[in-house]
Amino acid sequence: MCLRFRHPDYRALLALLLASLALVGCERERREYSTQPLPETTPATIAVSSLRPGGAATFAADPRGSHYQRNAYDINQGERMFRWFNCNGCHGSGGGDIGPALMDAQWRYGGSIDQIVASIVQGRPDGMPAFGGKIPPQQIWQLAAYVRALSGNVPKDAAPSRSDTISNTPPLTRMPEQPPASEPARHP
Amino acid sequence: MIGALQTAARLHAAALADVQSALDPAADQAQAIDGIWHLMLWVCVPMYLLVMAALAFVVWRARRQRRERGDVATASEGSLYNGLGIWVVVVMLGLTVLTTASYLVDRKLIPAQDAQVKIRITAKQWWWQVEYLNDDPSQQFMTANELHLPLAQKTHVELRSDDVIHSFWVPNLSGKRDMIPGRVNQIELTPRRAGKYRGTCAEFCGLQHAKMSLLVYVDEEKNFASWRSAQLGAAPSPGSEVLEHGKRYFETTTCAMCHTINGTTAHSLAGPDLTHLASRSTIAAGALPLNAGSLAAWLSDPQRQKPGTNMPTIDIEPDDLNALVAYLLSLK
Repeated sequence: MCLRFRHPDYRALLALLLASLALVGCERERREYSTQPLPETTPATIAVSSLRPGGAATFAADPRGSHYQRNAYDINQGERMFRWFNCNGCHGSGGGDIGPALMDAQWRYGGSIDQIVASIVQGRPDGMPAFGGKIPPQQIWQLAAYVRALSGNVPKDAAPSRSDTISNTPPLTRMPEQPPASEPARHP
Repeated sequence: MIGALQTAARLHAAALADVQSALDPAADQAQAIDGIWHLMLWVCVPMYLLVMAALAFVVWRARRQRRERGDVATASEGSLYNGLGIWVVVVMLGLTVLTTASYLVDRKLIPAQDAQVKIRITAKQWWWQVEYLNDDPSQQFMTANELHLPLAQKTHVELRSDDVIHSFWVPNLSGKRDMIPGRVNQIELTPRRAGKYRGTCAEFCGLQHAKMSLLVYVDEEKNFASWRSAQLGAAPSPGSEVLEHGKRYFETTTCAMCHTINGTTAHSLAGPDLTHLASRSTIAAGALPLNAGSLAAWLSDPQRQKPGTNMPTIDIEPDDLNALVAYLLSLK
């Protein structure tokens, strides 16, 4: 058995496997400080509801979303900006105040990262300001990645286990995962 | 011999006279630390030479004895005890002197709480927020990355951190003091020589730790008062169409999300206060000199100048950039 692993082919395979494992490990920590290589724009048209004439929604998810929501650095930057840009002022650390809570499974305008980005860019009725043109796209993606992580929708290895400041919510690593509810909650 | 040593010491001091040197003290606190530094040097150097000389002597004696007699003589217990006894006394004396001196210097560094000037410095990745405190709120103001101190006055500095552990260190004025999130540390500075000094973050705090410096100006009383009254005022209002364009861009786009310019609608505290940016000599915590070229380079791509900085790279059109640079340079 041992001898067989000495075969050059096996060794090359093993090296490749280890290298790819290392790459997977790096992905969650990769830091991109400037706008390359992805063109930093926010999605232009995003469906915020599954209600569609003639059946289910069909929209392609933006490929950047999956990068941001798996990246520890981006989620952490999102957390800082959540504080700096006073999202807490209405969303109260994610628990909700005059704005809706962000740490549950209920989403009025969709809980995928593209939909959250669209909500930040465009603003929403009853108080959510439009931040498009104020916050640069990359930072909006980072904010959206953090907002999604608030309800536990984050790989545990990418979630920060401690906050920069005193926090009144459990660390993201301990949030139970609450996937966005498929149907909007109906309030009487 | 003594004269030569003194000359050497003077040349040494001249070489170290610098904006960032613990051996060129410009404040009472640094003076006290400098004193104990020299005391330790002059106690430890003779001790070191003594140990080395004894070692050399023993080696030399053993070789001679082996050459002359074929073996090494064993010292009598009596003389061994005497020698060791004297040595223990010398070591104890030296340590007592050093410990006492260290204790006394430490007492001198404790803030006395009767300072005339009170400042709060908050370290952030990777810059310094500087607030001049006053019981009268109208006399308070904020600046960044530059500290002005009045000559020969006790200044009490409150040290905080907003993110990770940093350390405040202006070698010419005092020793290091850590800045710890969730904790308030204090330091007192009593500068005795007017001039420009440089401080730096002395605790690794992330990617741009090396580009986190603080310029410290020790001003004569009169100059300090005029600097202070200039800082208290709001930013000058734009006097031309270009400056007006720059101000409008600042207020209505990304800039206002993080920065403050008093006298405009921008009042966020996430980034440095820019009310009197043009009165400073550097930007980005000493990373670049303040001039139109470096300011334009910084604004068009901060991530190239200081990768990882929290200032994002934004899409800015050349017209807007020129207007913004002109406006920021008008903020005297």
